[in-house]
Amino acid sequence: MSEITKEQVLHVAHLARLAITDEEAEKMTKELDAIIGYAELLNELDTDNVEPTTHVLDLKNVMREDEPRKWIDREDALKNAPDEKNGQFRVPSILD
Amino acid sequence: MNFETIIGLEVHVELKTKSKIFSPSPNAFGAEPNENTNPIDLGYPGVLPVLNKEAVNFAMKAAMALNCEIATHTKFDRKNYFYPDNPKAYQISQFDQPIGENGWIEIEVDGYTKKIGITRIHMEEDAGKLSHTGDGYSLVDYNRQGTPLIEIVSEPDLRTPAEAYAYLEKLRNIIQYTGVSDVKMEEGSLRCDANISLRPIGQEKFGTKAELKNLNSFTFVQKGLEFEEKRQQKVLLAGGEILQETRRYDESTKETILMRIKEGADDYRYFPEPDLVPLYIDDAWKERIRASIPELPDARKARYINELGLPAYDAMVLTLSVEMSDFFEATLKAGADAKGASNWLMGEVSAYLNKQQKDLADIALTPEGLSKMITLIENGTISSKMAKKVFAELVENGGDPEQIVKDKGLVQISDEGQLTEIITAILDQNEQSVIDFKNGKDRALGFLVGQVMKQTKGQANPPMVNKILVAEMNKR
Repeated sequence: MSEITKEQVLHVAHLARLAITDEEAEKMTKELDAIIGYAELLNELDTDNVEPTTHVLDLKNVMREDEPRKWIDREDALKNAPDEKNGQFRVPSILD
Repeated sequence: MNFETIIGLEVHVELKTKSKIFSPSPNAFGAEPNENTNPIDLGYPGVLPVLNKEAVNFAMKAAMALNCEIATHTKFDRKNYFYPDNPKAYQISQFDQPIGENGWIEIEVDGYTKKIGITRIHMEEDAGKLSHTGDGYSLVDYNRQGTPLIEIVSEPDLRTPAEAYAYLEKLRNIIQYTGVSDVKMEEGSLRCDANISLRPIGQEKFGTKAELKNLNSFTFVQKGLEFEEKRQQKVLLAGGEILQETRRYDESTKETILMRIKEGADDYRYFPEPDLVPLYIDDAWKERIRASIPELPDARKARYINELGLPAYDAMVLTLSVEMSDFFEATLKAGADAKGASNWLMGEVSAYLNKQQKDLADIALTPEGLSKMITLIENGTISSKMAKKVFAELVENGGDPEQIVKDKGLVQISDEGQLTEIITAILDQNEQSVIDFKNGKDRALGFLVGQVMKQTKGQANPPMVNKILVAEMNKR
């Protein structure tokens, strides 16, 4: 059976940049544990001779030719930007 | 204690398709910021990426040229991370089924050759470009977002910074010949990160590695690794511990500077990209690409030595870039002999390119022009000294060498009768020199040759002048 820990929940929350409180983390640990536990029912199926599914559509090699096309201009590209400067998106700097 | 250095390189190469890997935006270097984007590049909800077939062809071509096995079943995966250079918050990349694996290239360093393994080559999309303005903000240009990339990961087979340099040169050389990328580090179409660790000689287990970033030239890669090699050795000898860290090479101080210490492995939560269907590369497709790979630098080098009879050094220099090599071959095709063409390309032409900081494509000289000029030297129409004047004109303004020779009045006087007439007159005026010559003073001959050249404005054929002078003096 699964055992989701609070550390895992906090780790995933951090990766997703979600700020959650300690109480929320506790609550989600229980809920996620139950969800994963339910999904684990699938492990009861015998899948020894079944190819792993990498895609739900039975399609392959969907490609386009290498033809460049202008679609939107810069003004449109920047229209939804919360902030811009000199034709560029302006974001709070993130020091690596 | 003596240490062994272990180096592995990760090289990103931009593929020069006309459009991006998952969207039809133009893929071009140097456009105005955010000029070449669209809703797919910008990660708008509801848009769907569609794979550019040519990007797959190019990636396969590069992987084959680097001796990789090509995957039959392959696919794309999402690599999740938050950073403003990527508006989707994930990069479409390849995780467990890269397009190429188990490749190798052969490098030559200080007279020994060595095979360097290539672990894998995978396809992915490039991210946008951030510039830090220093006021607490960064500006983002998404033109580069979605440019097709291949990431080439080497085996940890490199043992010295010089080997790392040679590996990069060879890699660039081969990819340049395939034509799938410009591989210009100064334009960012080739980028390199280096992993380096030390271990006591005889120890099997690798030491903890540091990752070097911000390596903007092959020389900086080598210099950064040399610094890092010494730094790690010092730490280890002092009984210290190497931490898994990312370091930046500083060009001004020639040192590597700590950027951050890595705690635990990166957690990118890769999963198969649901917006793209899998790729199946059958043998026919593979063979089609294999047939399109041109002759690669090593094969050309061998042919220049074995078939054209060029010295190994010439063959090496001429094949260093595909432009030079193609120019050389076109010059031969236009009629020049191999050694003549090689001498001019390695000598005057390279000197001119270096001095002007230009590429062959940017100068007026053509293979036909160079070939014709070499022929004019060989058939005695012009002296090698005159050829320099013709060359100066050809390289600046182009044109027909024969016409230039005529316009500049450079035609060499090779008519025996005409030369004898001039020489007889000069000998009559310089009787003392004739006597000196007969008394064994070689300097007299040089003086007389000079007089003939002066009178003919340098147009007399020098070997003929010598021959006639000696013959005429002996008659006296």
